[in-house]
Amino acid sequence: MLEIRDLHAAVDGTPILKGITLTVNAGEVHAVMGPNGSGKSTLAQVLAGHPAYEITSGEILYKGENLVEMEAEERAQQGVFLAFQYPVEIPGVSNAYFLRAAYNAKLKAAGKEEVDPMEFLDLVEEKLKLVDMDPAMLHRSVNAGFSGGEKKRNEILQMAVLDPTLAILDETDSGLDIDALRIVAGGVNALKRPDNAAIVVTHYQRLLNYIVPDQVHVLAGGRIVKSGGKELALELEARGYDWLLEAVA
Amino acid sequence: MSATIDQLVNREYQYGFSTDIESETLPPGLSEDTVRFISAKKQEPEWLLEWRLKAFRRWLTMTEPHWPNVTYEPIDYQSVSYYSEPKSTKPIGSLDEIDPKLLEMYSKLGISLNEQKRLSGVAVDAVFDSVSVGTTFREELAKEGIIFCSFGEAVREHPDLVKQYLGSVVPYSDNYFAALNSAVFSDGSFCYIPKGVRCPLELSTYFRINQSNTGQFERTLIVADEGSYVSYLEGCTAPKRDTNQLHAAVVEIIALDNATVKYSTVQNWYAGDENGLGGIYNFVTKRGKAMTNAKISWTQVETGSAITWKYPSVILQGDNSVGEFYSVAVASKMQQADTGTKMIHIGRNTKSNIVSKGISAMKGQNSYRGKVHILPKAEGARNYTQCDSMLVGNECGAHTFPYIEVQNNSAILEHEASTSKIGEDQIFYLKQRGLDAEQAVSMIVSGFCKEVFKELPMEFALEAQQLLGITLEGSVG
Ligand SMILES: Nc1ncnc2c1ncn2[C@@H]1O[C@H](COP(=O)(O)OP(=O)(O)O)[C@@H](O)[C@H]1O
Ligand SMILES: [Mg+2]
Repeated sequence: MLEIRDLHAAVDGTPILKGITLTVNAGEVHAVMGPNGSGKSTLAQVLAGHPAYEITSGEILYKGENLVEMEAEERAQQGVFLAFQYPVEIPGVSNAYFLRAAYNAKLKAAGKEEVDPMEFLDLVEEKLKLVDMDPAMLHRSVNAGFSGGEKKRNEILQMAVLDPTLAILDETDSGLDIDALRIVAGGVNALKRPDNAAIVVTHYQRLLNYIVPDQVHVLAGGRIVKSGGKELALELEARGYDWLLEAVA
Repeated sequence: MSATIDQLVNREYQYGFSTDIESETLPPGLSEDTVRFISAKKQEPEWLLEWRLKAFRRWLTMTEPHWPNVTYEPIDYQSVSYYSEPKSTKPIGSLDEIDPKLLEMYSKLGISLNEQKRLSGVAVDAVFDSVSVGTTFREELAKEGIIFCSFGEAVREHPDLVKQYLGSVVPYSDNYFAALNSAVFSDGSFCYIPKGVRCPLELSTYFRINQSNTGQFERTLIVADEGSYVSYLEGCTAPKRDTNQLHAAVVEIIALDNATVKYSTVQNWYAGDENGLGGIYNFVTKRGKAMTNAKISWTQVETGSAITWKYPSVILQGDNSVGEFYSVAVASKMQQADTGTKMIHIGRNTKSNIVSKGISAMKGQNSYRGKVHILPKAEGARNYTQCDSMLVGNECGAHTFPYIEVQNNSAILEHEASTSKIGEDQIFYLKQRGLDAEQAVSMIVSGFCKEVFKELPMEFALEAQQLLGITLEGSVG
């Protein structure tokens, strides 16, 4: 589904990703871990098509197509979803309106008929249960005045509504208490299917108690310094990152 | 991304066409003779000519105000033509006599003067250059005793009402542009709602400047008698021309005891190009007087004009009267807007509410200027002011000039202000959810303006939202 080959990316002329190679197949969950500043969010933003990041070399194939050539909205319409580490607030725009606009944009791109507000409400009510969210949240402005945990849950709600093919979760677990963490993980697991995939970026191993990854990658200094099975996460939990960084240095 | 955005923001002004219609236009120049000519042309009574002449003489002693936060080349008032009317149209409001070319122009603007096509329950008075060319639904309104006609007609047919209220809220000596307007105003709309009548239609004036080199000086007078209600809409456009054109209007509203007047404007005069060439100079005086328990509510969406100088205000004369001002002002390209309101609390327990949303994009400069004045007898007065600015890009500016004068200690005033910037991150967030740049900007801006848009009548709100989208789309770099 996703093939990243020797990807180099820079922001404001500063190289950040320095040769990432990663293959994610349908049905898989990959965890990306690593110390702060190692480039995890950069990788996520590059995959989603943030214009501030420049791809200096390498390639990204998504469903066999060149992802780099696609505008951010096109990637989204094709099923790439990023749950942001820091979701943005859009004051005055109701969550329901925003969600429906996004849902319809995807339908429209697929040449399907758009849904009206009533149909959409039925659909979204189902998804609200999945993330245990109060329906009142639909009528509040997108993320405005939401607590950190509410924002993260809102990201998962959007993910549930948009039903992505490739979901990238950037530290969705940070700042969540254990109950919220369980809900978020439950949501991700419920959406898991043989024909979609997820990249879960996390700083802590505790999320991986709930979302079981097929592979774990450790990112440091813009490179993947180690990959392994789920047991790698436990080892990182026990030993920290230093031993890996020393090994690379 | 910047490329798409620049294309979008430079989108053509949709109403920039001009109509080829034969007009009788006064040569440029301004003197007592000009004033006399206009008055004679309109077959006005002596008292009105006298009033105009007093205004003109006063104007000669005044100087153009330079306190607004705008800059422009000096205006040569002698180079402007002060009167232009389409030749074929009788200034009498019969729709059958309207030149088909004019009808065609209005339909191109989306304004139907055809009563059969009862446009969403809106009665329209169409003002073309200096004259009103037609008012719709007059008979239907007359059944309720409502008078809705051109100003010129009101002078002829309802002289007592006009004489009683003209200049009662905005005296001819009020300010430089009001004095000029009082001297040379050519037409406009008049509206009277009788006691206890709730006007069944939205009343609307649509202003169109067509002739080049002419100024437009219209006057609107709205009188809402005791316990009545009316909602009034104003729209305006002008062709694209390389020279600046002057528009100096006056709107006066009188809301007698227990009356409510809602006045909404979507102002879309030609704004000039991105180098600041051309565009309308919009110097407008709008003020209402609210008597006991009366309410006057101004809502404006200002997207056009090269320069906007406009402060719709309310004199809260009667006890318990309410004044509201909801505003969205956009300054894009090289536009300069200096707009806001004055709330003058005279009566007891008077309340005012101000919500101002300023959007600055490209090289636009947007200033909010507002005054809240609580006079000594205004026991228990309250004001709430909210003043938000949004910046799109790095070359524009937002400024706020709030003035507060409190002469009664029981007053409660609240003021909130914010400045935000439409960021690449907000747009990216929406794009990541599948929306394109246009939809993203439009959504963010509509959200920002929501509190104002909800005050507009439905169709107007949609129009305003679209207009804003067109004006701003893509100005994020
Ligand atoms: N816009 C930016 N300008 C300059 N440096 C940046 C920018 N964004 C990220 N970086 C730098 O790139 C590195 C990787 O950041 P990031 O991808 O956010 O790391 P992580 O998500 O792993 O904590 C850090 O050193 C960070 O300071
Ligand atoms: Mg990060």
